[in-house]
Amino acid sequence: METKNIVLVGVGGQGTILAAKLLTTGLMAAGYDVKMSEIHGMSQRGGSVSSLVRYGDDVQSPVIEIGSADIVVAFEKMEGLRSLEYLKPTGKMIVNDTEIFPLSVIIGATTYPENILDEIKSKVNLRVMAATKMAEELGNPKVMNVILLGSIIKSMGLTDIDWEAIIAENVKPQFKELNVKALQAGMDAV
Amino acid sequence: MKLLLTGNEAIARGAWEAGVKFATAYPGTPSTEILENVATYPEIVSEWAPNEKVALEAAAGAAIGGVRSLCAMKHVGVNVATDPLFTLAYLGVNAGAVLVTADEPGMHSSQNEQDNRNYARHAKVCMFEPSDSQEAKDMIKEAYAISEDYDLPVLFRMTTRVCHSKSIVSCSDRLEVADKPYEKDIRKYCPLPAFARGMQVKLADNFARLEEYSNTTPFNYIEDNGAEIGIIGSGVAYRYAKEVFGNTVSYLKIGFSYPLPMKKIADFAKGKKTVYIFEENDPIMETEIKAAGINCVGKEKLPTMGELTPDRIRQALLDETAQVINPNPEMVLPRPPALCAGCPHRGVFYELGRRKDLMIFSDIGCYSLGLMPPYNATDAMICMGASISGGHGVQKAFDIKGDHSKKVVSILGDSTFFHSGITSLMDVTYNKSNTLTIILDNRITGMTGHQQNPGTGYDLKGDDAPIIDIEAMVKACGVKNLISVDPNNLKIVQEAIEWGLNVDGPAVIITRWPCVLKKFSAQDQTEFPTAFKMVATVNLDTCIGCKKCLKSGCPALAFDLANKKSGILKETCVGCGVCAQICPKQAITVEVR
Repeated sequence: METKNIVLVGVGGQGTILAAKLLTTGLMAAGYDVKMSEIHGMSQRGGSVSSLVRYGDDVQSPVIEIGSADIVVAFEKMEGLRSLEYLKPTGKMIVNDTEIFPLSVIIGATTYPENILDEIKSKVNLRVMAATKMAEELGNPKVMNVILLGSIIKSMGLTDIDWEAIIAENVKPQFKELNVKALQAGMDAV
Repeated sequence: MKLLLTGNEAIARGAWEAGVKFATAYPGTPSTEILENVATYPEIVSEWAPNEKVALEAAAGAAIGGVRSLCAMKHVGVNVATDPLFTLAYLGVNAGAVLVTADEPGMHSSQNEQDNRNYARHAKVCMFEPSDSQEAKDMIKEAYAISEDYDLPVLFRMTTRVCHSKSIVSCSDRLEVADKPYEKDIRKYCPLPAFARGMQVKLADNFARLEEYSNTTPFNYIEDNGAEIGIIGSGVAYRYAKEVFGNTVSYLKIGFSYPLPMKKIADFAKGKKTVYIFEENDPIMETEIKAAGINCVGKEKLPTMGELTPDRIRQALLDETAQVINPNPEMVLPRPPALCAGCPHRGVFYELGRRKDLMIFSDIGCYSLGLMPPYNATDAMICMGASISGGHGVQKAFDIKGDHSKKVVSILGDSTFFHSGITSLMDVTYNKSNTLTIILDNRITGMTGHQQNPGTGYDLKGDDAPIIDIEAMVKACGVKNLISVDPNNLKIVQEAIEWGLNVDGPAVIITRWPCVLKKFSAQDQTEFPTAFKMVATVNLDTCIGCKKCLKSGCPALAFDLANKKSGILKETCVGCGVCAQICPKQAITVEVR
């Protein structure tokens, strides 16, 4: 099979790295060759973070080229806009309807644009997810990342993998049920 | 057993499998996780060293003492460690020793892009260059065999993409490697000139044998696809080449990259229409291959700077550019890193940034961000520890010129002070300088992700460790003017800076407050009982919308443009109170969360 490319982007602290870890662990268990690349040098200080996941029969490069992602999942709206260049023209973008202000907005130098989703929608196939709100409804805003993982799994046709087992192996027992629910909610939402 | 590992995790695994018993490092992106993972294996004595030179010397000593040792550092760390490296090559080892250099093509988190393959040539040590995690693990094991067979330390070049990318690794059990006996041998371990000349000859002989190894090792292999185009590639650049060209060209994959397998390269090039060299950064293989009289194409077509990613290869060699969807650029706001909400550096940079009479020489750490808006405080930075010594030089220049318009402030963190600030401070006192040094003691090595250091009370394994007292160290360096302050109290910070600039002789201010992201130790809980347990609120009736609080650059603040009032994000704020002290209307109150 042709190598598939998934881009997860967000802001440091949003849980993109855990979502990518669960995704790659599941893909490996399913027998795919997998590579994942992360740039997270200064992410603890509120910078942009990205995880690039590739899977197929024989994956060479760990990085995803611009214009070649099958799906880009943005945990934050501005990061979605910034990552548009990764997407191939026929690709799909999923954006979490959440805003995290960069420093320029915080210090009042500029305003956070209102119409980011319209801008993305005018250019690519966009699915907006209220994952932060959904996570709050499930009782823990942190599982926003697993909800978005669910949306990736469904969109990429990976639902046959035993994700419950992958979650059980990678999260503390007391959080397993919550994360399984979150994953299902994400799958159901796309 | 198959595991999905980053290159750094794979190195740790490989070191464990190779029977390594001693490992040491100073943290630095992208190398930090190597030792953090090594430390999870109980069979390996694992340590954070105060700096890279110390780390390499300790690893060299462990190898001389008879156990396999590992040392890891970022590319610029090797600059610090070159003094022992160059001479260790002469001495050789007893048990195997490997030095991992984590280079940064693309400078994702570094101040330069130096190519440490040059050090293999310069120091006369052999080099491995893995292209993914499986190779990283396998080559580390081979590196120990080579180190012992050829009596040489091995330099092991990783790059950010190999360090931080995950791929599937087949793992095996730990080798039971017998410890080597230590025997006194001054002709081997004491490089007096008379002995060193012999060592030099032995080293040259070893290199002649290593060339033969390079031509025969399975880590340098040909993938013959019967094509008239050939690619010689090393590191991740080889993976990128395969991504772009697949099976349409033939490859010579270089995994053992110094000395190069010249015979194999000549055989590979024979009959090829064109041979391309794929290497990230400097044209090192290219230069040596061309010098051997073999025609090849390299940096005349491919970039010498940044990563050699597939898209850049396509553009350079195939004139192909991807069809890319671009957003309206005016809407995309940059997201530079910022000092965290509650960062104890904030108050200091707020106060420093307000003054126009300072030349601020900063250093490598989170406080590098003091150069950014809204502080705009910093004037210069070079490398670890340069704040104090660089600042000393600037002050001397100002004194020589008789220019008193600016005074020099040197600023650095606790871990950087331990790394190489101490010797610089001696320079300041010994040479009667008049600078103000500010040591931002946030009780941890912050920038690289919270590693313990000699001041934190814990070692790499998490066990209790003696605390090196910064105040006592500063006094021992001959500084008479020293105060310690709470960096969240702006009035005190302001007064301390004023005092430090005007007192006779060099002065040191130590600010002491923990990093907001730090996991608190028992001592931290006793010393800082209220830290991060508070929250600030804006009284909207009192707020006049003057935006002065935003000058603190805190990510917990948000200005509501519609109502023209400041606001505070409750879930982000930890109540350091800096914004409340800036507010001219006392509209911000801090209370227990």
